[in-house]
Amino acid sequence: MTILLSLQGVSKRFGGLQALMNVTFDLPQGQILGLIGPNGAGKTTLFNAINGVYPPEGGRIIFRDKDVTRFKPYQLAKMGMARTHQIVRPLNELSVRENVMVGACFGHESQNLGNAAKIADEVLEFVGLTTRADQLASSLNVAQKKRLEMARALAAHPYLLLLDEVLAGLNHSEIDGMIQTVLKIREQGITIIMIEHLMKAVMNVSDRIVVLDYGQQIAEGNPEAITKDPKVIEAYLGDPRLADQLLEED
Amino acid sequence: MKLWHRYSGLILPILVVAALAIWPTITGKAANRESAFTILKAVALASSLNILLGYTGYVSFGHIVFYGFGGYVGLYLLTEQEWSLWNAMLAGGLASGILAFLLGTAILRLRGAYFALATIGINEAMKAFINNFDLFGGPTGITLNFSVYKLYGGAAQALQTSFYIAAGLAFLAILLSHFVRTSKFGLGLLAIRENEDAAEVMGVFAPNAKTWAYVFSAIIPGMIGVLFFFKNGNVEPHDAFPLHASIELLVMVMLGGQGTVLGPILGAFAYQGMRGYLVTSDFFKDIQLSVSGALLLMIVLFIPAGAIGWLRHRVPTLRRVLA
Repeated sequence: MTILLSLQGVSKRFGGLQALMNVTFDLPQGQILGLIGPNGAGKTTLFNAINGVYPPEGGRIIFRDKDVTRFKPYQLAKMGMARTHQIVRPLNELSVRENVMVGACFGHESQNLGNAAKIADEVLEFVGLTTRADQLASSLNVAQKKRLEMARALAAHPYLLLLDEVLAGLNHSEIDGMIQTVLKIREQGITIIMIEHLMKAVMNVSDRIVVLDYGQQIAEGNPEAITKDPKVIEAYLGDPRLADQLLEED
Repeated sequence: MKLWHRYSGLILPILVVAALAIWPTITGKAANRESAFTILKAVALASSLNILLGYTGYVSFGHIVFYGFGGYVGLYLLTEQEWSLWNAMLAGGLASGILAFLLGTAILRLRGAYFALATIGINEAMKAFINNFDLFGGPTGITLNFSVYKLYGGAAQALQTSFYIAAGLAFLAILLSHFVRTSKFGLGLLAIRENEDAAEVMGVFAPNAKTWAYVFSAIIPGMIGVLFFFKNGNVEPHDAFPLHASIELLVMVMLGGQGTVLGPILGAFAYQGMRGYLVTSDFFKDIQLSVSGALLLMIVLFIPAGAIGWLRHRVPTLRRVLA
């Protein structure tokens, strides 16, 4: 089992706020890692540290056997890391196809425009946006923009995909569609870290879960172990019975 | 078919420039040639600025600095080093490109209004520097010896040659604009314009891309500067670095449509046409700049995408031709 990404004591501070403290885990290739925790636990900050938006102050990040702790986002993209944003960032005045082409052209395969257009059409079909390819990205609704974020990331043919709350704001049928898409991405051999609030979804698709609370990593393990971990139940869910309720809920 | 798709956006721009180049020859009037020269110069400058403003989304209020700086370098080489016009133009373009590279590395980390302010500062700082730089003649500038024109077949012939070179430079500026627009490099610039952070996450090496966009937008203005001051016979600091000319360029690009190849060309054409009318009319001649200001305000308020952007939005079938 090769380790694709390894975090060793990653810490990040914003002024007086310790946003991340000593986060340490290994991510084997081909797995889905669920990253959960209450609001403000530091999940998105951890993504930003991993993909170079805010370099961490302490610790090391090893990606594909290389220390990438101080790398910039565009360097990491070239090495095969891609991400989506919780708050979508479409390139509004470009067409949907052009948005995805940016991912293919500047991602780690550095495709030329011709190949990028082909890849864009494949990926758009995969995420179900083919009919929208020639529209401006600004004309999409929220669910479609989330799919566009995903398509852009996938067009790079990354080794590691960071998904930041791709299910938030979607309705039931959209959620089911998105989960199927995530599982299909894993089948292609892409390793995934996903931040998610929907417990049922994240428990179902993840091989392993890391739980953050106030920047601390309070638990790590497979989904069953996590749901029974008293620390998680106490810190994250507050009331053990609430945990059961949430899991029952869709 | 594929070739047609790729180059269809060039048809109208080339027709406009060709018409401008032929018009004075057909009418045979020197006055027409001078008007056409002014428009071609504006086309070249506006198309160049568009690479930074329209494609990359960075507003430069001091773009004329490259025109002035290139002009100075060229005229210095023409008079003091007795270089030919061609070499002086190349050197002027190169000098402006290098200046843009150095400035870009320093100030393109700034975004939005901060970058715009920095560009004004650079123009004013350059003007003050040249004013005190003895090699370039300080406040009196550099004056060409009239005998220089003999090399180009006398003054009248030199004017005619300058006109054709201006047409050539406008043509070059349009080609550059088109190739940047349709290249992978250009796609990266558009991504930066739309959302620089998202572009970086997707792998666009934004600091480099922006610097090269700045360099590409500076070279032809530098060459035009040499040509204009060669034709003019002398260069002085206030002629070389007029801040209002930078703003007029912005108006041209915004009027025609930023981010399109054709927009800045039509904008330059329309603006220079209007300006020609205003400066010769009794009522407007002293307040023509305020008309530009009002025009810019109207564009920003009512058609922020410019004329071409508006048309593209209204008539999607025209998109391919109105690239």
